[in-house]
Amino acid sequence: MRYLPKSPAERQEMLAAIGVQSVEELFSTIPEAYRLKKPLNLPGPLSEPEVIAYFRARAAENSVGYTSFLGAGVYNHLSSVITDTVLQRGEFLTSYTPYQAEISQGTLQAIFEFQTLMCQLTGQEVANASMYDGSTATTEAVLMAERLTGKRRVLLARSVHPEYREVLKTYAKNSRLRVEEVGYIAAGTVDAKGLQSALRDDVCAVVVQSPNFFGVMESLGSLAEAAHAVGALLLTAITEAVSLGVVKPPAEADIVAMEAQSFGLAPSYGGPFAGVIASKEKFVRQMPGRLAGQTVDLDGRRGFVLTLATREQHIRREKATSNICTNQALCALAATVHLTLLGKEGLREMAEQNLAKAQFALHELQTIPGVKRTFAAPFFNEFVVELPRSVKMVNAELLKEKIVGPFVLGSAYPELTKHALVCVTETTSRAEIDRMVAAVRRALEQPL
Amino acid sequence: MAYPKEYRYTKEHEWIVVKGGIATIGITDYAQHELGDVVFVELPKAGAKLAAGKIFGSVESVKAVSEIFAPASGDLVEANAALQDKPETLNSDPHGAGWLVKVKLTNPTELSSLLDAAAYEAFIAEKQKEASS
Amino acid sequence: MNDNIKKVLRHPTQSEGLIFEKSSPGKRAFDLPPLDVPPVDAAKALGEFHRGGGVEGFPEVSEIEVLRHFTRLSTWNYAIDLGMYPLGSCTMKYNPRVNEFVARLAGLATEHPYQPQELSQGCLKILQLLEKCLLEITGMDAVTLQPAAGAQGELTGILLIRAHHEKLGNPRKTVLIPDSAHGTNPATAIIAGYQVQNIKSSDEGQIDIARLVEQVTGDVAALMLTNPSTLGIFEQRIAEIAKVLHAKGALLYMDGANMNALAGVTRPGDLGVDVMHLNLHKTFSTPHGGGGPGAGPVATKKILEPYLPVPVLVEKEGGRLVLDYHRKESIGRVRAFGGNFGVLVRALAYILAYGPGVRQATEDAVLNANYIRKHLEGVFDLPYTRPSMHEVVFSDALQKKHGVNTMDIAKRLIDYGFHPYTTAFPLIVPGALMIEPTESESKEECDLFIDAMKSIAREAEADPEVVKTAPHTTRVRRLDEVAAARKPVLRWKPGGKKSEAAD
Repeated sequence: MRYLPKSPAERQEMLAAIGVQSVEELFSTIPEAYRLKKPLNLPGPLSEPEVIAYFRARAAENSVGYTSFLGAGVYNHLSSVITDTVLQRGEFLTSYTPYQAEISQGTLQAIFEFQTLMCQLTGQEVANASMYDGSTATTEAVLMAERLTGKRRVLLARSVHPEYREVLKTYAKNSRLRVEEVGYIAAGTVDAKGLQSALRDDVCAVVVQSPNFFGVMESLGSLAEAAHAVGALLLTAITEAVSLGVVKPPAEADIVAMEAQSFGLAPSYGGPFAGVIASKEKFVRQMPGRLAGQTVDLDGRRGFVLTLATREQHIRREKATSNICTNQALCALAATVHLTLLGKEGLREMAEQNLAKAQFALHELQTIPGVKRTFAAPFFNEFVVELPRSVKMVNAELLKEKIVGPFVLGSAYPELTKHALVCVTETTSRAEIDRMVAAVRRALEQPL
Repeated sequence: MAYPKEYRYTKEHEWIVVKGGIATIGITDYAQHELGDVVFVELPKAGAKLAAGKIFGSVESVKAVSEIFAPASGDLVEANAALQDKPETLNSDPHGAGWLVKVKLTNPTELSSLLDAAAYEAFIAEKQKEASS
Repeated sequence: MNDNIKKVLRHPTQSEGLIFEKSSPGKRAFDLPPLDVPPVDAAKALGEFHRGGGVEGFPEVSEIEVLRHFTRLSTWNYAIDLGMYPLGSCTMKYNPRVNEFVARLAGLATEHPYQPQELSQGCLKILQLLEKCLLEITGMDAVTLQPAAGAQGELTGILLIRAHHEKLGNPRKTVLIPDSAHGTNPATAIIAGYQVQNIKSSDEGQIDIARLVEQVTGDVAALMLTNPSTLGIFEQRIAEIAKVLHAKGALLYMDGANMNALAGVTRPGDLGVDVMHLNLHKTFSTPHGGGGPGAGPVATKKILEPYLPVPVLVEKEGGRLVLDYHRKESIGRVRAFGGNFGVLVRALAYILAYGPGVRQATEDAVLNANYIRKHLEGVFDLPYTRPSMHEVVFSDALQKKHGVNTMDIAKRLIDYGFHPYTTAFPLIVPGALMIEPTESESKEECDLFIDAMKSIAREAEADPEVVKTAPHTTRVRRLDEVAAARKPVLRWKPGGKKSEAAD
C-alpha cells in the first residue's frame, strides 16, 4: 500500500525486536471471538488515478454548468488562487492544534490575525479562533449569554436562519433554556413591539440576524436598548459576512455569532465552513473556543500562545464553557488569507458590487407583471419577491434552462407560499441575471 | 512560609481569621505553591452568602482551576478587588495581601471544627511525604 | 550542536511582523472584474446602515507581500509533512494529497446544499458510499454524517441515548465516565442534560466490573467508554461491560477517538457497543489543519436509528437518493446544512485507496507503538504494563528524580526534530508521556525517535539543565503563558510598537 512506509522485511525485523512471532500476537488482548476472521467488505483498493476518476464521475452527476441564485446562508464569492496556495502548504494543512507554541508560531500568529480581523469587521473587542459554523456559533453564543446573565428565556427572531434556529432548539431541549420565537413585520424586520412585550427580566438573550434571513437589515441600536433595559444581552448572527464591507458593524450587540464561509470558502455542499464568536472584552472568560494571545519568550521576543485555556474542556471538563475541541482552524486561515488579499478597499468594493447587482436584479424582476418586492427594509445581496405563481413551478422551468432558481421560502415559512429569496453576488454576471429574469418571465407567461 | 498561629485552616487549604466580628478568608501558602502562578481569581459578587464547605470562588493558573471552599458560613462584606489586576499577589503574599474575601460570620461555632496551625502543618507534611514516596 | 541530534540541522527562518504592521494605504492584492451593472449609491441604498470607507484597520498590502507573509509564517510550524508527529490520542497520520485534490473538484466544492436533489446525486452517492463503508468498519446499523467534529458527535450520540430513554418514559440522570476519558466526554454529558459520575480505573487501567455493577443503577443512562482507552489498552471485558449496562437498560457509548487501533481487526458493533462516534480527522486521515476542520459521524444500532438528526439519506426506487427531513422522532439538527461535506469526501477517498487493506494500516500502527514501547521500556517508567495497542503511555517518574518532567522532555524533543508527544494526559498517569506514532512512520523514523528519547533520558541524568531549558533551536524560546493569561492581548491594535515586528 503506497501510504505505508514499511517493507515486509522491516515488519519482520520489528516483530522480532518486540519478541513476537506474528502481528496477530499484538492483538492478543482482543478476545479471539471478537476478532474479524475475514477482510472487511469495502470497495478498493484504488490507485490514485482511480480515486480521481471515481470523484470526477460523481462531480459530473451534480450541477456543473448551472447558474445559481441560491444564498440563504451559503454564498458564492470570488476567491484568489493565493488563498488555496497558502492553505495547501503542508505546514498549515498537516499540523495539529498549536499546543506546542515554539513550533506552532505560524498557526498561532495567523489565528491572532484572524481574531483581529474579526474584531475589526464586527466592531467587537474580542473574537475566538473559530467555531464549527454559524449555526453552532449562534447556539454557543446563547449558552454564553445564559452563563453571563444566569437567566434562561431566549427570545429568538423568526427572521433568523431556520436551520440556525433548529440547531439552537436541539441544544436547548435538554438545557434549562426556554426558547420563544418572535415574528417579523411587513418591513421584513423583527417585530420590535412583540419583542418588547415579551421582554422581562428573566430573558438572557435576544437573538436576531442582520442582514436577516430575508436579506434585510435589523436596527440593532434600538434592539440593544430594549434588551439591556431588562438585563438581557443582544446576540446578532451574521450569515453573509461580506455585507460588513459596506454595512455598519454590529457594535451595539453584546455577542456576535458569524459564519465566515463568504471569505474564501467554497460552498462544498454545506461545509466545512468557519463560525466565529466575537464579543466584549469583559465577557471573554465565558467565551467558548480557543483564543490565541500575544506574549513574549524568555528573551523578550514577541510570540503567541493559546491562552485562557481554563475555560476549555481539556482542563475544566464537566464545568467547561463548551465541549468544543476540534474547530475549523484551516477554514479560519482561509478567511484570514482571503481578507488580507482583499484588504480594506477590496472588501468594500466586493460588498458594493453585491449591493449593485442585487439592486439591479430586483429592478429587473420587478419589470415582470405580478412580481413584487415583499419587504421594504434596506437589503444587501438577498431580497424576497412574491411571484404570481408557486416558486417551485417557476424553479422547475428555470432548471430546464440550466438555472438553479432562488430559495423557496415556503419550505421554512408556510405563510410565504409564493415567495422567493433571491441571492445575487459579485460572481453573477449581468448576462446571467438577464437570462434568469427572462426565464422567470417566460415561466410566468406560460398557460397554467 | 510560616502558618500564622491565630489563623484556622481547612483540609482544602483555605485559612480564616476573625478580627472585630469580621472574618477574612484566603488560601494557604501550600495551596498557592501547588497551583503555581495564579493568573485569575473568581470571587463572589456583593450580596453573596457563603455556606461552610461549599464552593464560593475559584483560583486559576495557566492549566488548572482550583475551587475554593468556604471554611465557615457568612455574608460577604468585601471581595479583594485588588486581585483582579494583580492575581500574582496570591503567590507572593497568600496569608496577607492575597486574602480573598471578608465575611460576617453567621455561625461562628463552625470555626471550632477547623485545624489550628500545628494540625494543618502536620497535615501538609503528611501529604508531602505521600507525594515523594 | 549535539552529536546525538541526527534528524535536523539548523537553518534560518525569515522574520515577519503582523500583517497589519505592513499595511500602507493604496496597496492592494486583489482586483475585482469591473462592475457590469449600473453602480448604486451605497449610502442611499443602505441609509442608516451604511459603513463608508471600508473596514477600519483592515490591511492594505500587495499580492507578493501576502504570499510571503503566510509562507514565512508556515515555515515556523512543525507538520506531519516534515516528520513524525507522535501526539497521543490525536492520530497524526499522513494526509494523502489526492484527497485534497478531489475535494476541490468543480462539481463537488462548488455545490450548494440547497440545490435541487436531482442535481446533487453525485454528492449524495458519495455520502451513501461513505455511510456504507463506515457501517462495515464499525459493525453498526445506521449512521449520521452530520456532526462537525468528535465532540459534536459525542453530543449527538448522547442525545440519541436520551431520546431512547425518554421514549421509554424516563431520560435517566447520570452518565458514567472513566477517569481516563477525554475532557470532551464530561463536557458533552453536561450539555445533554446529564450528571457525570466518574469511574475509577483499576490498577491495570481497566474498568473494574464488580464496581461497575454497583454503579449501574436505574438512573444511569449510559457509559461513555474509550476503547482502546487513553492508556492505549484494549478494554478486554467490553462485551461484559455492555451486558452489565444492558441488564439495567443503560446503553454503551464508545468514544471512537482510538479507532485507529481497531479498524479491520475488530468491530465495536460486535462488541456490544450501542452508539459511537468516529473522528474522521484521526482514523480516516483528513488533515488537522492546525486545529480543524474535522467530522464526527455517529454510528448506532437499530434501536437508536429513529432518533438520528435530520436530514437522513434515503434511497428510493431506481437508486435515486433523497434527503428525508421529516422524521418524527429525530433529535433535530446539530448543525446547519448536511455536515462537513468536504471532510467527508477526503475520508471516503482515504478508505477507497485502502479498501480492505485498512487492516494493514491498523497493524502497522500497533506495530510501531509496540516497537517504540519495547525500546523505551526501562528508559522511561511504564505505569500500566498491559499490552499496548496503537499508543503507549510512559511517565516521567524516572526523570523526575533529576528535576526533569514530561513537559521538559517534550520541549527537548523539539530540538531533536520531532513534534512532542502528548504531555500530562491521561490525567490518571502523573507526568504522562503519551506516544502515538501511527502507521505512517517508517522503521527508520521510529528508530530516530527512539534514539532521541534515549539521548534525552541520558541528558536528564547528566545535564538536566539542557532539558529543562529546551527548546534551544526554535525561533522563540519558551513563551510566558502566565503573562498571556494575566493580561490577555487577544488582538492587534494600532499604535503598538512597530519595532517589535522586526524581531
